[in-house]
Amino acid sequence: MTCPPVHPYLVEALEKRFTLHKLDSVPDKAQFLSSHRDSIRAVVGNAAAGADAELIDQLPKLEIVSSYSVGLDKIDLAKCKEKGIRVTNTPDVLTDDVADLALGLMLAVLRRLCESDRYVRSGLWKKGVGFNLFLLQFSGKTVGIIGLGRIGMAIAQRAEAFSCPISYFSRSQKPGINYKYHPSVVDLAANCDILVVACALTPETRHIINREVIDALGPKGVLINIGRGPHVDEAELVSALVEGRLGGAGLDVFQDEPNVPEELFKLENVVLLPHVGSGTVETRQAMADLVVGNLEAHFLNKPLLTPVV
Amino acid sequence: MASPATAAVENLPQVLLLLHPAAFTIFGEEHFTSPKFRFLKAYESSLPLDEFLAANARSVRALLVSAATVVGAGILDLLPELRVIVTTSAGLDQLDLAECRRRGIRIASAGDIYSADVADCAVGLLIDVLRKISASNRYVKNGFWATKGDYPLGSKQLRGKRIGIVGLGRIGLQVAKRLQQGFGCTVSYNSRKKKNPDQVPYPFYQDVRELAANSDALILCCGLTEQTRHAVDKEVLAALGKAGVIVNVARGAVVDEKEMVRCLVEGEIAGAGLDVFEDEPVVPKELMELDNVVLSPHSAVLTRESMMELARLVVGNLEAFFSNEPLLSEYEDD
Repeated sequence: MTCPPVHPYLVEALEKRFTLHKLDSVPDKAQFLSSHRDSIRAVVGNAAAGADAELIDQLPKLEIVSSYSVGLDKIDLAKCKEKGIRVTNTPDVLTDDVADLALGLMLAVLRRLCESDRYVRSGLWKKGVGFNLFLLQFSGKTVGIIGLGRIGMAIAQRAEAFSCPISYFSRSQKPGINYKYHPSVVDLAANCDILVVACALTPETRHIINREVIDALGPKGVLINIGRGPHVDEAELVSALVEGRLGGAGLDVFQDEPNVPEELFKLENVVLLPHVGSGTVETRQAMADLVVGNLEAHFLNKPLLTPVV
Repeated sequence: MASPATAAVENLPQVLLLLHPAAFTIFGEEHFTSPKFRFLKAYESSLPLDEFLAANARSVRALLVSAATVVGAGILDLLPELRVIVTTSAGLDQLDLAECRRRGIRIASAGDIYSADVADCAVGLLIDVLRKISASNRYVKNGFWATKGDYPLGSKQLRGKRIGIVGLGRIGLQVAKRLQQGFGCTVSYNSRKKKNPDQVPYPFYQDVRELAANSDALILCCGLTEQTRHAVDKEVLAALGKAGVIVNVARGAVVDEKEMVRCLVEGEIAGAGLDVFEDEPVVPKELMELDNVVLSPHSAVLTRESMMELARLVVGNLEAFFSNEPLLSEYEDD
């Protein structure tokens, strides 16, 4: 059973091998779940929806949750562990795409690429209306990374090629890493030019970007979020940007996708993307292959490819 | 009766400006002033240029230009005492270098100050085209994500992409470093001369068409010369192919623009990121309709930081000239 809308390639691959039910196209979800409670053995989730405690309770025959994402925030991992339900995700295959996009967002925000494009398309350049966008240099700026996992490290490697000094915050300092560690997010924010959210979403990291952090980052600082919407106190972020207390933002994720605060639409120092971090044809296919591969392995009693639980 | 202060100013050597520099507008003229010289602004006069110069510029020894100020024999004839041209641009294609050399006129360019910013622009444009950043930002800001659904997927990640750099000078080398070391791309290049392989580890292609045939993206970083004019022509674009992307941070005329536009409209190449055009500020209207094209108004160097560096360098070069000291960034023919 799949929860949210998914990639046609994935749907096709699943339908070939399994009996697939698409929960989002079912008119009465409660009724569906109760009538199918004894037949559903697997759930395919993604960034938008997975398997929370309520769903797990309604599917007593559930054996495996295979997520079309690397993020696990929509899955009740503790409950899965308790009930012996396996969980898999799609790590590594999307690391490069997400890191590429993070850099793309940094360049787009600092160098006002989207706004420059808009200026040209509007005909203003031709008319001789002066170009007055506030372009900032990217090379050499200090990049602060929250979460130095696979994606965080990939972002660091890219930024280093632009001579950007790298600093980070993590649950604990990483041994053998040359980047500057900061023991708190506020401290990191106060000491970097560009702050990137690259950690997993857990109860501890919810609203890790709050008013205090935003104030520390300040009117010259830029926030890049390629994690999850709930990492950021979105209301605080919006007012900081509208009031000019934060220098800029590049956002790929939001509190309530696909709804994006409209106050951000007119801001030249803000770039908004529709959750495309892993959004390339090749990567989505690789992710889909992992989802299907994990499910097949499970039902053939073979070792799972990318198990989390 | 002129005051001593006015007399002092009037005794300062003059620096001629033919056009109002973009840098003055963007950053502020006050950053380019000095107690050691004053500006003579031809563009503030209602006289036709040649009359103005004949009347006012016969003893002018220094000229400050930008990328847009074309200086050929005609202008030089009206400036018999000219000894130095300082430009705010890294490129020198707007100057008749042979004429300058013949007349013993020295040239000071913007040197290396822009290289990082131009390289950053090139990489930013490339990622934008491949991952549709400007197009999907537009989509979201138009309110379409909530109403029309997800935006179409972008193309492959950068890792392993074959990048062909045309012109491996200071800018090209910075682009190469960012893409190969940072993103895991595979860089090759074409340049006037093959570089020392001990210093430059990237494969060299004598022929731009062959470079294009072996590249997923072409990034143009060369100066505009007789040899590079329309270097990216119909054959090169065909060799680049339907999945190929072109990024131009060099000069518009390095590309056969009309042919490139046709290729983009007809899907013969996959996309383009363009900071420069053949006839700025005119941009072919067909490009304005395309989502696989990202456009910027020759603004790759217009960061706060580069403008600050530029002001320092321009003032430094002019002050050095008037003090008979070596120029800070003299252009040497090689």
